[in-house]
Amino acid sequence: MSSAMPETDLKELERIAATTRRLVLETVHHAGAGHIGGPLSVTDILVTLYFRELRIDPRRPRDPDRDRFVLSKGHSAVALYTVMALRGYFPVEELKTFDKLDSRLQAHPDMTVLPGLDMSTGSLGQGISTAVGMALAAKLTGKTFRVYCVIGDGESQEGQVWEAADIASKYRLDNLALIMDHNRLQQFGWRGDGEKQRQDPVRSPKERWQAFGWHVLEADGHDMKHLLAAYDEAKQVKEKPTIIIAHTVKGKGVSFMENNYAWHAKVPTAEELRLALAEIGQGVEV
Amino acid sequence: MATLQLGPATAMRDVFGQKLLELSKTDPRVYALDGDLGTSTKLDVVEKGNPEKFLQMGIAEQNMIGVAAGMATVGLQPWVCSFATFIVKRALDQIFVTVAQPRLDVKLIGAYSGLLTGLTGKTHQGLEDLAIMRTIPYMVVLAPADAADVCKVMEFANRYEGPVYIRLARDPLPNLFDERTHTFELGKAVQIRDGRDVTLIATGTQTVRSVEAVKRLEERGIDVRLLHMPSIKPIDVESIVAAAEQTGAIVTAEEHTIYGGLGSAVAEVLAEHCPVPMLRVGVKDRNSESGPNDALLKKYEIDMDHIVQAVETMARRKGSLR
Repeated sequence: MSSAMPETDLKELERIAATTRRLVLETVHHAGAGHIGGPLSVTDILVTLYFRELRIDPRRPRDPDRDRFVLSKGHSAVALYTVMALRGYFPVEELKTFDKLDSRLQAHPDMTVLPGLDMSTGSLGQGISTAVGMALAAKLTGKTFRVYCVIGDGESQEGQVWEAADIASKYRLDNLALIMDHNRLQQFGWRGDGEKQRQDPVRSPKERWQAFGWHVLEADGHDMKHLLAAYDEAKQVKEKPTIIIAHTVKGKGVSFMENNYAWHAKVPTAEELRLALAEIGQGVEV
Repeated sequence: MATLQLGPATAMRDVFGQKLLELSKTDPRVYALDGDLGTSTKLDVVEKGNPEKFLQMGIAEQNMIGVAAGMATVGLQPWVCSFATFIVKRALDQIFVTVAQPRLDVKLIGAYSGLLTGLTGKTHQGLEDLAIMRTIPYMVVLAPADAADVCKVMEFANRYEGPVYIRLARDPLPNLFDERTHTFELGKAVQIRDGRDVTLIATGTQTVRSVEAVKRLEERGIDVRLLHMPSIKPIDVESIVAAAEQTGAIVTAEEHTIYGGLGSAVAEVLAEHCPVPMLRVGVKDRNSESGPNDALLKKYEIDMDHIVQAVETMARRKGSLR
């Protein structure tokens, strides 16, 4: 299984992740708009899902038996588009149209224009409910596809997240895996002190999800091996939905963006982009 | 073709529960989603008769809408049912973002619309649903008048692929249409009586009350054209314009606020195509309260007498009534 994947394959995933981060930065700079911090924190989660975990075929984006993916934290759309482009859903060149009029790559995902998107998202707390609906529909119709959904920790302040958590547990949706991009920051948040400044959008997530009857896993959200092992374990769980709390760093990969809420949705200048790109992929063998 | 003869009373909710049970048995895509009001809305009929097609979603409307949207992406046709006020207002952004924008095949049922919600008062009444739902792109908005109309509207919604909102009422009303001959066509008004003096356009429960009003007006020598408007969006522009041209005066009647509902939709058509004098019978800019049905309709100025008065006022302005 994927947790026992050869080192070369893991290195390939890391190379794809570095390319993704580079393209995210360039795309946001080019568009003059978009989010940065969240897309960089969720990159490794999306790369492992799209390049290893999801049973999908970019040539058949409407295959009724495909695994489903919902980016509930739709604000990180630019990272999803980049990973989808690298996976072969559309040309990488098309990323230049991100956030432009008539583009298929809308600021927030629009399933009516881009094949391969399983849900339109962007208003927080809503994607998770649709993922629950997909998993429930699979159970009702005897389909064997699995449903994956990424939520944010800031997003978890929405009450709807917990309405969805309750129903997924009540209907024993073991075909649903939720991944929380736990980067510990949100757009602004609450003023704190010193090291903990502005951190912790959601208190005690592990205990909360356990209390709702979910199987709870934790993983280093920037360690490919950890993430793949967690996906594998989620597939073994019966009668319960699983959440993987992926511990991540907002702005991951660029020192001056990491853990800084100001880079939530800031557009890098040409000089900032040059400095950032120089840091991306350090330590990754090319 | 409808006549001014009214039949025995039936409650829309009873017809709705039975019809959805029938659809759930004949169409494998159809599922009923309940926001824990099944015993009130009569969605419990589906749970009793076809339990596998009934999904309890609890008192959590936002999630219920999202779950329905997710189910629709997998090819199912969820019918989501709650009180009109809850389904429309508690989960409005969810309806916009996850149902309407992707144009998913979700049916939204607003039971207990209007003022007559069984002494439950202002928090359970639904007086803004037509106005709000009308602003949502791709949303079809329907308000049937009686039992036969509910059945035909539901059969249409089942055939139609896309988001539909259906407004229902709680309490029994006399039957107007004959189920064997009645039909529903999207975007088309149903002419119940032809007339030359004033056109009365009604929707939902007010259509039946308007039939009574028209009988009274006949006795007073006013020749009223009565149109039932089950399709609020899209609306029948052609029939409204023809009515304006041929009768020269319009009155609308709805168990709804005067802001944004049938009256506003008709006024928009008139202003753009054929401006003629009009009056809107509906609830004015005020909150409601608990009370017996007749007293509520009278106090909030939407009972039969108010419809009659509005038509008489327009007839007088036109000079048809001396």
